[in-house]
Amino acid sequence: MAKKLHDTPNLDQLEDGPWPSFVTGLKDLAKDKDYVVDLLGQLEESYKTKKGYWKGGTVGVFGYGGGVIPRFTELKNADGTPKFKDAAEFHTLRIMPPPGMHYDTATLRQFCDIWEKHGSGLIAFHGQSGDIMFQGATTENVQKSFDEINEMGFDLGGAGPAVRTSMSCVGAARCEQSCYDEAQAHRAVLNTFLDDIHRPSLPYKFKFKFSGCPNDCMNSIQRSDMAVIGTWRDNIRTDEALAKKWFAKHGMDELVNDVVARCPTKTFQLKEIKNVKKSDSISSVAVSDTHAVEIDNRDCVRCMHCINVMTGALAPGKDKGASILVGGKSHLKIGGLLGTVIIPFMKLDTEEDVEKLVDFAQRTIDFFAENALEHERTGEMIERIGLANFLEAMEIEADPAMVNSPRMNPYVRTDGWDAEVAKINAKKQAA
Amino acid sequence: MNQAVQAAAPAAKRKPKETGVPDNKKYLHPLMVKNYGNWKYHDRPRPGVLHHVAHSGDEIWSVRAGTQRQMDVHTIRLLCDIADNFAEGRVRFTIRSNIEFMVSEEKKVAPLIAELGKHGFPVGGTGNSVTMIAHTQGWLHCDIPGTDASGVVKALMDELHEEFIREEMPNRVHLSTSCCEINCGGQADLAIIVQHTKPPVINHDLVANVCERPTVVARCPVAAIRPAMVNGKPSLEIDESKCMCCGACYPPCPPMQINDPENSKLAIWVGGKNSNARGKPTFMKMVASGLPNNAPRWPEVAEVVKRILTVYKEDARPWERLADWIDRIGWPRFFEKTGLPFTKYLIDDWRGSRANLNSSTHIRF
Repeated sequence: MAKKLHDTPNLDQLEDGPWPSFVTGLKDLAKDKDYVVDLLGQLEESYKTKKGYWKGGTVGVFGYGGGVIPRFTELKNADGTPKFKDAAEFHTLRIMPPPGMHYDTATLRQFCDIWEKHGSGLIAFHGQSGDIMFQGATTENVQKSFDEINEMGFDLGGAGPAVRTSMSCVGAARCEQSCYDEAQAHRAVLNTFLDDIHRPSLPYKFKFKFSGCPNDCMNSIQRSDMAVIGTWRDNIRTDEALAKKWFAKHGMDELVNDVVARCPTKTFQLKEIKNVKKSDSISSVAVSDTHAVEIDNRDCVRCMHCINVMTGALAPGKDKGASILVGGKSHLKIGGLLGTVIIPFMKLDTEEDVEKLVDFAQRTIDFFAENALEHERTGEMIERIGLANFLEAMEIEADPAMVNSPRMNPYVRTDGWDAEVAKINAKKQAA
Repeated sequence: MNQAVQAAAPAAKRKPKETGVPDNKKYLHPLMVKNYGNWKYHDRPRPGVLHHVAHSGDEIWSVRAGTQRQMDVHTIRLLCDIADNFAEGRVRFTIRSNIEFMVSEEKKVAPLIAELGKHGFPVGGTGNSVTMIAHTQGWLHCDIPGTDASGVVKALMDELHEEFIREEMPNRVHLSTSCCEINCGGQADLAIIVQHTKPPVINHDLVANVCERPTVVARCPVAAIRPAMVNGKPSLEIDESKCMCCGACYPPCPPMQINDPENSKLAIWVGGKNSNARGKPTFMKMVASGLPNNAPRWPEVAEVVKRILTVYKEDARPWERLADWIDRIGWPRFFEKTGLPFTKYLIDDWRGSRANLNSSTHIRF
């Protein structure tokens, strides 16, 4: 039995309503833990005053420099003692999840037992970087709980100027749109940088995210310094049985308005079967006895829309791989940046293919570590030095797939033009 | 390297096993292992249920339920009991903290849904629904929060619950909240983000001891901070005519308090889209601000969120995400239909902003 709950008139109002309540969960924990009684006390105070009362500090586990988010209370009595003494330390352990965030119940129950014993009993699945967040332990118990979680085969994630914990979508495990083995790539890349995850020493954070197709369920273009997004080079695959089934259910209006009209490059056409073109780059499938869809794959940008709507009837091709975009980030400091295409396509079928991705990641991080200013993200660094300089350092040829358009101003010194053309021509001839 | 590492511990201390990201194969449902990379298509028999079919002919049903994300161990054990007794012992979490239970037989779906319902877990969040709000830590755990996160989400999801358990929106709706302008909640179709309106209030007694001043000066996006002696102490001062109240100085220098119970407001942003489907990915745009930070249920915020979503639901065509819908109807119509005021503060003046201005006669009347 824990001590009596503090009055929490504000938090109490978050126990009503149909959505599951974290307040009810905290109160449940508070039955046995003075720790959570006082956590609720401090949180209620925040609700009253609209102020936060946690400050950071330095807490870690032996051998690592990051991965624990320290929190000490700033809510003090006049004599400097904590107002809610039992929750004066409330640190979080960031733990890296398995790719795709899959678990068996035995593992989850073991997490619960460890965290009930050493921590607050509050776990978030998952934080915005993808970590399992074990929220709330005293400084003394951080090491104890980490030791037990680590013995289960789980490791601390990143915090501060480090390679951060990554996320990958459900992917090949359960999604027909998956274009590479996300889990394999995720582990191969991240586990190369364990030193940079556990011992923060980069200019700033570096995030990888892995999405199996251009639907980008991991928001990787917006949120990661390096986005690995599945795609394919050959023709969209078709299945006539499923196409006819789709059409029978949805009809002509939906086919025209929801699919044909929404193709961003208008390469998706509806035709009478007798008029369908035949060529190496055409995918076509009959939807009825009279009509078929025709897609010229050379004009397809792999946006996924038609495949999303007519899943199974249409599917990504077989020559699969990934596009790599670099430099996505949120506002601070120069404003939000979306990732930029750096590698339009790379195969990720074999271990050797994945090694090439790891190598590119390694060279990018090495360059970032050497050249970024303090607290500068990769995208900001590229903005400062120009994409062409980054490409040169990465030994990657310029490719029109990297730009929305060529430059719109003459402010560039071009006296190396002939040499560049000669290089490109020499390469063409050698090929 | 931080002090924890430098304070080299006695040899008895356990060395970490630097195992990194664990293999997920042992956690996957056996049908997922068997059909890994060989799925053919999926459909949704009802909201909250995904039915995947493999090239082998195997089928798997996934039942998705909302959670409070910040879960107590009793709730997690209850979810495990449900997974063991009504599903097949394997679960996964989505990026928006929904839990998914996988079963190999269709007949297990209905009893599983009933059991989840019995314990108050909403089943939904699939397809063209309003799914769970991606969120941050807020007052519960963050060191720089302007508001709460879990509480805002609880309050809003109570309001949006019906749209979570149905699939009646034009397309999927992703929501996020962030308790400061750093926006850890991320991009979404609709986001609620703290927007400070006053420059930080500096405690000059503390700056010299707490803050690395050059770092703080460098952190300011508009170069409004400079070193200064105040009351004989080394401190920092702010050019308030330059300051746009972003709060970037507050994390490296807590004596520069940016949070203000009255003047830290909430803003609403719309039209972020991560997917490449149809148009390219987009960042979201601010469409409303000045909403009060009115804990514990933020009714003014809920009102604007529901107003935007109601108009979107009525007006958008199938498959139009919020951004696609606004592309079609145009911003003037967006503000007209939602009744939100278009103020001068919504005209971008940050770097690159000319690309956000209308340099054409494309105007809808």
